[in-house]
Amino acid sequence: MSRLDIHKTYKLYIGGKFPRTESGRYFPITDKKANVIANMCLASRKDFRNAVVVARNSQNAWASTSALNKGQILYRIAEMLEGRKEQFIKEIENQGSTRKRAIKEVEAAIDRLVYYAGWSDKYQQIFSAVNPVSSAHFNFSAPEPMGVVSIIAPEEHGLLGLVSAVAPALVGGNTVVVLASGTLPLCSISFAEVLHSSDVPAGVVNILTGDKKELIPHMASHMDVNAIIYCGKDADEIKKISQLSSNNLKRNIFYKKTDWFNEHTQSPYFIEKTQEIKTTWHPTKI
Amino acid sequence: MIPNLNNLPSYDTLGVMERVDRFCKRSIKNTSKVEGLKLALSMIDLTTLEGKDTPGKVKQLCYKAMHLHENLNNIPTVAAICVYPTYVKIAKNELKGSDIQVASVATAFPSGQSSLATKLMDTKFAVEQGADEIDMVISRGEFLAGQYNFVFDEIAAIKEACGEAHLKVILETGELDTLDNVRKASEIAMYAGADFIKTSTGKIQPAATMPVTYVMLDAIKDFYLKTGKMIGMKPAGGISTSKIALQYLVMLNEVLGERWMDKNYFRFGASSLANDILMQLVKSETGFYQSSNYFSKD
Amino acid sequence: MTKISDKNIFTASWSYDKALESTDHVYIKDQYELFVNGDFIKPVEGKYFNTVNPATNKVISRVAEASAADVDMAVMAAKKAFKKWSALSGKERGKYIFRIARLIQERAKEFAVIESLDGGKPIRESRDIDIPLAANHFFYYAGWADKLSYAFPNRKPSPVGVAGQIIPWNFPLLMAAWKLAPALATGNTVVLKPAETTPLTALKLAEIIKESGIPDGVVNIITGAGQTGAALVEHPYIDKIAFTGSTAVGKFIKNAIAGTSKRLTLELGGKGANIIFEDAAIDQAVEGIVNAIFFNQGHVCCAGSRLFVQESVADLVIDKLKQRMNSLMVGDPLDKNTDIGAINSKKQLETIESYIRIGKDEGGEIYQPKCKVPKEGNWCPPTLFLNVSQSHRIVQEEIFGPVLAIQTFRTIDEVIEKANNTPFGLSAGVWTDKGAKIFHLTQKLNAGVVWANTFNKFDATSPFGGYKESGFGREGGLHGLKPYVKFD
Repeated sequence: MSRLDIHKTYKLYIGGKFPRTESGRYFPITDKKANVIANMCLASRKDFRNAVVVARNSQNAWASTSALNKGQILYRIAEMLEGRKEQFIKEIENQGSTRKRAIKEVEAAIDRLVYYAGWSDKYQQIFSAVNPVSSAHFNFSAPEPMGVVSIIAPEEHGLLGLVSAVAPALVGGNTVVVLASGTLPLCSISFAEVLHSSDVPAGVVNILTGDKKELIPHMASHMDVNAIIYCGKDADEIKKISQLSSNNLKRNIFYKKTDWFNEHTQSPYFIEKTQEIKTTWHPTKI
Repeated sequence: MIPNLNNLPSYDTLGVMERVDRFCKRSIKNTSKVEGLKLALSMIDLTTLEGKDTPGKVKQLCYKAMHLHENLNNIPTVAAICVYPTYVKIAKNELKGSDIQVASVATAFPSGQSSLATKLMDTKFAVEQGADEIDMVISRGEFLAGQYNFVFDEIAAIKEACGEAHLKVILETGELDTLDNVRKASEIAMYAGADFIKTSTGKIQPAATMPVTYVMLDAIKDFYLKTGKMIGMKPAGGISTSKIALQYLVMLNEVLGERWMDKNYFRFGASSLANDILMQLVKSETGFYQSSNYFSKD
Repeated sequence: MTKISDKNIFTASWSYDKALESTDHVYIKDQYELFVNGDFIKPVEGKYFNTVNPATNKVISRVAEASAADVDMAVMAAKKAFKKWSALSGKERGKYIFRIARLIQERAKEFAVIESLDGGKPIRESRDIDIPLAANHFFYYAGWADKLSYAFPNRKPSPVGVAGQIIPWNFPLLMAAWKLAPALATGNTVVLKPAETTPLTALKLAEIIKESGIPDGVVNIITGAGQTGAALVEHPYIDKIAFTGSTAVGKFIKNAIAGTSKRLTLELGGKGANIIFEDAAIDQAVEGIVNAIFFNQGHVCCAGSRLFVQESVADLVIDKLKQRMNSLMVGDPLDKNTDIGAINSKKQLETIESYIRIGKDEGGEIYQPKCKVPKEGNWCPPTLFLNVSQSHRIVQEEIFGPVLAIQTFRTIDEVIEKANNTPFGLSAGVWTDKGAKIFHLTQKLNAGVVWANTFNKFDATSPFGGYKESGFGREGGLHGLKPYVKFD
């Protein structure tokens, strides 16, 4: 008698916990042969609302965490993901990829995490300035995180796309609420498990699975979200986001690229886009 | 006379935290550890200050104070019991024959938001009931509004109402915002007649911390150098483990030294600390880590 | 008003039992070879020398003495490894360096204990400062390896080649990290020579280098004394030299390589001015004085060894300082409660004691608290010299020990002039509550590192280095990459 395995239940990741959607709804994900591999939670606007609350509550502490610490945490996420490589490769294969491409995606995701871990204590050095004002003042400009960022992850590359959008916002001191790819959502929740074992404080990263059309309006209009990152090319969605963001002047960041393996899809400018610049003056005359 | 508050030293918070960190890194072992634990035990003001306190609760606490742990020999008793004024008489009765003091909170504890008349009555009542020590709260609102004379006069008035009882002045450091303010409040309290200055009511967060305690010890040091008078100090709230208590004692040892290492000049306002110290003492004797099941909870 | 220090009113009564860090789990071999081309090899001439625990003067181990032939082998190995190492993608190079950082963290306690045994510094400092800073330094630079195109606007950086690195005995592992990390991240290969009195943590680092899988020859660690160093400096295939040590030797090196195309960075001595204004947070300033000159027994190039205290608060500050010194514990480096450990070597102790004699002869007023020190070993109590001036030798020359020279000053301009009145220019400290004063002074003091309301703070992201005869070049931060790259 061969052994029956235990199927995983895919829930949401909010506030460091794995709750089901409060709406109780689901949507199935099938493999190439149309077999159902998993029932994903169909997140509601209330799940999104709850995620924003925990993201806000944890943002001050995350922003105040030292750059060194943030870097070490991101490196730890990479360590944990490397350890679980096989699990992710299988998940990606199951959702319709070849093994070769799955390996490539997982390795690229791990390396990207290491890449951004390395920026944690350096982007400030390249994006700051001491400004030689003409009055007797010491004047400096430095980046600060925007705050709570909602993210619509890319459709393609369920793992690499998510990591590419989340890591720079995270290392820049923001807390995030991410809506995973609708067609390739499995890795996003498994990735939540990786985050959970990597010293990432509760509420700093929150991951929802669900329907873009239903959630985008809320992700774009919520008054307590400071910025929204949208990965995709749909002109209507982009327009809608821009319009709804006007209500609190939410910063808009649009990434239209789809080839997330390209080296141009990682750079310190992905971090910079999630930062405000603060300039401080102090007299130097005695 | 209200002291000159314009020439007080200022404190650099990060610098104070670094000094505190050095105290916390001391490693206290073997004989010096047992000595420290016993000293800490002798300095505890065993406290119950809850809205739901009853005579029964207070009586049980008093019994515990006199019978900390039957299996341990050569341990000191705690310094005092600290209760609301309505329980002073009961406590005094239960503690007869021991040298454990009865301390009572007063002056509309914990907020202090009441008239002077009420506070004086509160104090006098506690003293009449037999309190050996009075723990009063300062008016933080007036302090933050810069009404230092008001704060000073109030303390002086309560001191008078205390008669023979010793006065501890609670600064409620968690509401004072900066270390410089803690210094200022300490100064006012000492000059107004405090016998002890105390950090907190224990009813808000943060309660006692090592940085504010450091500043208060520093204030006591300077006061002694100026006037020759020794003032006591009591951190209260949040000191729940032996480890933390020992860190405070290290700081006391290295800042004020031998003459203050005594229950007449230093107290811990704590409740669960006593049992933790007892567990540590038993562990020192037997070599085994202990369980709270073997230590009475009263 | 009573003086705090005179009458011992505040003497600590509770004495702490010894709290020795355990050495059971620490592995030190009886003999160490040279680490060349990925292996531990015996020195060609078969010579070894002892390394001693300065707290007991007992031999801990013996290490190889690299002759000119050994140096040659090491440099050739580094040269050979350079092609592949520099061609490796930054991403992959960085991964090796991240591994080194992690491995140090995993073996942190062992490194800390060996550092204290070999060099004499208190375990509290090696455990809480040296080792974490060293691991963090590798962590920081690992991240730069694949990001160099962002570091220099409009310039394409490439590695210099083979770096010869000579480090001192005061922060052995940390100095090794400061040298290796930026060099490797930028694609260079390295030959490193640790100081002869403190070779052990560098040799343990060699074990980690091997464990990390870094290709053979990329890092070579060779032990020896002055002659080994000279051979390294003079080797024709060394492209860049990084030296931390005394100003005298630094000048010698610069002279020796004149006319060659070898690049050079130097991190040399100092006589840091630590300035306390009347409006400083006095209690923290006193603690700052202690951290500035007694940290690591004063074996610190950037030590605040010249105290300038504004006359209006001089009595108060000195009084508080003396009382604080009375509570410093001098003793066994492995005791977790020790504040001041052993002087690194007999030779250094002789140097310090000779300066103390000079100070007395010159008429300085000496203060030393009574300290109980162990019978064996090299010890020096924390020492103050009062009533000295810029003209005293002990105020001009670097003592490199726990000896502080104290002067008073009256005005801002006066103290700036005196602080800058020295051939050195490594560090300075300013203590005041007034912001504008801080900025005014930090702008006017001629030192590579200025600390305001703090002292002896180091971070991998923060560039460190001197002005004038304290050396040139920076280590740490973005600026720390520059010495190891060239531009097309």
